Amino acid sequence: MATQKKPAVDAVLVGFGWTGAIMGMELTAAGLKVLALERGEMRDTNPDFAYPRITDELSYGIRGKLFQNLAKETVTVRHTPAEVAVPYRQLGSFLPGDGVGGAGVHWNGHHWRPLPDDLRIRSRYEECYGKKFIPGGMHLQDWGVGYDELEPFFDQFEKVCGISGKAGNLLGKIQPGGNPFEGARSSEFPLPPLATINSALLFEKATRELGYHPFPQAAANASRAYTNPHGAQLGPCNFCGFCERFGCYMYSKASPQTTLLPTLMHRPNFELRTRSHVIRVNMAADGKRATGVTYIDAQGNEVEQPADLVILCAYQFHNVRLLLLSDIGQKYDPATGQGVVGRNYAYQLNGGASLFFNQDQPMNPFVGAGASGSVIDDFDGDNFDHGPLGFIGGASINCITTGGRPIQQMSVPAGTPAWGAGWKRAIKDNYLYTTGVGSQGSVMSYRDNYLDLDPTYKDVYGQPLLRMTFDWKANDIAMTQFIGSKVEGIAKAMGPRQYQLSFKKPGDHYDLRVYQSTHNTGGAPMGTDRSTSAVNRYLQVWDVPNVFVMGASAFPQNFGYNPTGMVGALAYWAAKAIREQYLKNPGALA
Amino acid sequence: MPHDNARRGFLRHSIAIVPVAALSGAACTQETPPASAAPPPAGASAVPSAAYSPAFFHAPEWAFIQAAVARLIPADDTGPGAIEAGVPEFIDRQMDASFGHAAIWYMQGPFVDSPPEFGYQGKLPPRDVYRAGIEACDAYCKNTFSGKTFAQLDASQQDQVLKGLESGEVKFDNLSAKTFFGFLLQNTKEGYLSDPIHGGNKNAGSWKMIGFPGARADFADWVGRPGVRYPLPPVSINGPQG
Repeated sequence: MATQKKPAVDAVLVGFGWTGAIMGMELTAAGLKVLALERGEMRDTNPDFAYPRITDELSYGIRGKLFQNLAKETVTVRHTPAEVAVPYRQLGSFLPGDGVGGAGVHWNGHHWRPLPDDLRIRSRYEECYGKKFIPGGMHLQDWGVGYDELEPFFDQFEKVCGISGKAGNLLGKIQPGGNPFEGARSSEFPLPPLATINSALLFEKATRELGYHPFPQAAANASRAYTNPHGAQLGPCNFCGFCERFGCYMYSKASPQTTLLPTLMHRPNFELRTRSHVIRVNMAADGKRATGVTYIDAQGNEVEQPADLVILCAYQFHNVRLLLLSDIGQKYDPATGQGVVGRNYAYQLNGGASLFFNQDQPMNPFVGAGASGSVIDDFDGDNFDHGPLGFIGGASINCITTGGRPIQQMSVPAGTPAWGAGWKRAIKDNYLYTTGVGSQGSVMSYRDNYLDLDPTYKDVYGQPLLRMTFDWKANDIAMTQFIGSKVEGIAKAMGPRQYQLSFKKPGDHYDLRVYQSTHNTGGAPMGTDRSTSAVNRYLQVWDVPNVFVMGASAFPQNFGYNPTGMVGALAYWAAKAIREQYLKNPGALA
Repeated sequence: MPHDNARRGFLRHSIAIVPVAALSGAACTQETPPASAAPPPAGASAVPSAAYSPAFFHAPEWAFIQAAVARLIPADDTGPGAIEAGVPEFIDRQMDASFGHAAIWYMQGPFVDSPPEFGYQGKLPPRDVYRAGIEACDAYCKNTFSGKTFAQLDASQQDQVLKGLESGEVKFDNLSAKTFFGFLLQNTKEGYLSDPIHGGNKNAGSWKMIGFPGARADFADWVGRPGVRYPLPPVSINGPQG
């Protein structure tokens, strides 16, 4: 393949989802010539998400038209370092994005800020429960950035997205109706909460009676018409039920397309090249500076793109893989515990209950939005006493209806046959009268849960795939079992005819087949100690100061929330450091 | 890369089956869905989707598919069966779509036997699993039931064979019977419950049965109305159904 060389740019962005769009906005505003390289296709509301074509469960929800094409590139997976990893051949457990907007197109829009103590988790647990409380082999780490430092950037991202919600802590004062456990916010959400769906009315009543603190899920699904600070307009969500796994035809769900691209795409110092798959970051001979990237273009040509700044904005796995393929930073070695790239991979551990009601209580489950419903945070983070419980972490517990799509979201009572007349009878009797209570649980990082390059399997360009070594640990199972007991109490209190629980038990292994969460984290963890972090507190690679790594690859461990709020805030935080510090004095940021 | 060219071919094909009406926005509500003007009454007995000629399945395979899906979702008073719903047509069309060719699955070797939680690790794309699975299943039936194919068995014998595939009691030489059954059951339910544009769920019969309104996709007035069942019948991406 002939190598082409393109004219140099000031900054190249690898990947064009949320963080790429944020960086594009911030760096073009600083006057830089910015190029974004996206491996997938161009996508916009019209025509790609237009009604009625987008309301096709089979094409989008099941066949995954908007997700990463695994034929080109995937990850391999094993449970322990002693096993041989096999490819994640078809989408199941998680759904990475592809194309303009990335996973920011097909997310649900659950918006969260981490708890202030989530960001200083090691310090918190040591203070409250003593150093011995933290299990051996667990890489529990502070993030190196504090909640108060990030607060303006959470606020900024919320205003860009037009988040619908209710503040629980405004300037340190607890507000009725919001999350009393959240960190102090500088302002109320830009929009009021979404209206409350049938099932969430029951959840709110039940949890309040149990003494918990329900509040409306903060949603990047606009509850009213909204114009964001860039002049982009969002329309009110109509609860169509096609949110997760789909693009939003209503311009209601915040995505790069609805919030940032209308401005960014018209800036003369910005360029987007789609179908441009970056295969490595090019390094100067001394290994201390990146000189740009190499990508494969739509015609299959290998193209060299010089740039002064290289910002990795791809999905978590791809960011980590590019660091490893480009030999940036020391590779993590689980045998010695040394090295930082590939370290601290983590996931989430979710569970839930299905509730079946009588026919006088139709739930109309198709009336939903990606983030419509109610939540409690009473058993998340360190919002409850872990001392007698003996595990670290927790989960948010929710009653959220994203839709009632019949192939994927059909629930039938335990004991129902998988096919035949009995199955058909059960879907008829239960479909309209079913709802769920879910939990989203934190997963800590461990010495032997990590990412590296696979020795056997390659992508279509002949480069090694990323290999994930991961399984559930005793701490995580103890957490989810505890949460399960709380969910069961809530389910009973909601008064269904019948309910069933699904929570992982001791001895259960990570299962790739069933969707759990796209919230993969870590592999390029952030921090203030270069022996345990791949990037510093500004997401800048230690020792290669002109490379920054955005996204959830920076999380040192995973919390009990959706990550996008944190991912967005970190991108704004890093962008400010680049604009106000790095550009004036290019080098390692203190 | 010939492999890629072939894949583009499949994708073109799968895009081509989306009706023109689906591409024309709101105007599509004017369209009449093909070959389905008069829906059968609820609870009608199974009638084969005679108008459809399979593009992928050969005649003996087609007989197997029709017989198998009729047992997986039988016709009765509860609602339409898989045959009335057009599930065989759906499955046949899927065989030449991205799914049948495993076009967006990672299909490079080596192929290693792994515990089930690592997902399908087979070498064959689904269409080849169907072809080999039907052949193996008919061979098994002939051996076990005095020379009769699956389609020639009575309903309780067919159920017995399907349960054997599902549980792993029936074993094939070169293929996992469980994997074959898994694809068959998955695709049968998909064809029963997906939008009629894909060839199954004729007249949105399953949606009427369960109460799913389909592609209406506008429920702002229906949020938070406990005790009230949504009243409108389903629409397809192609428009009103029946």
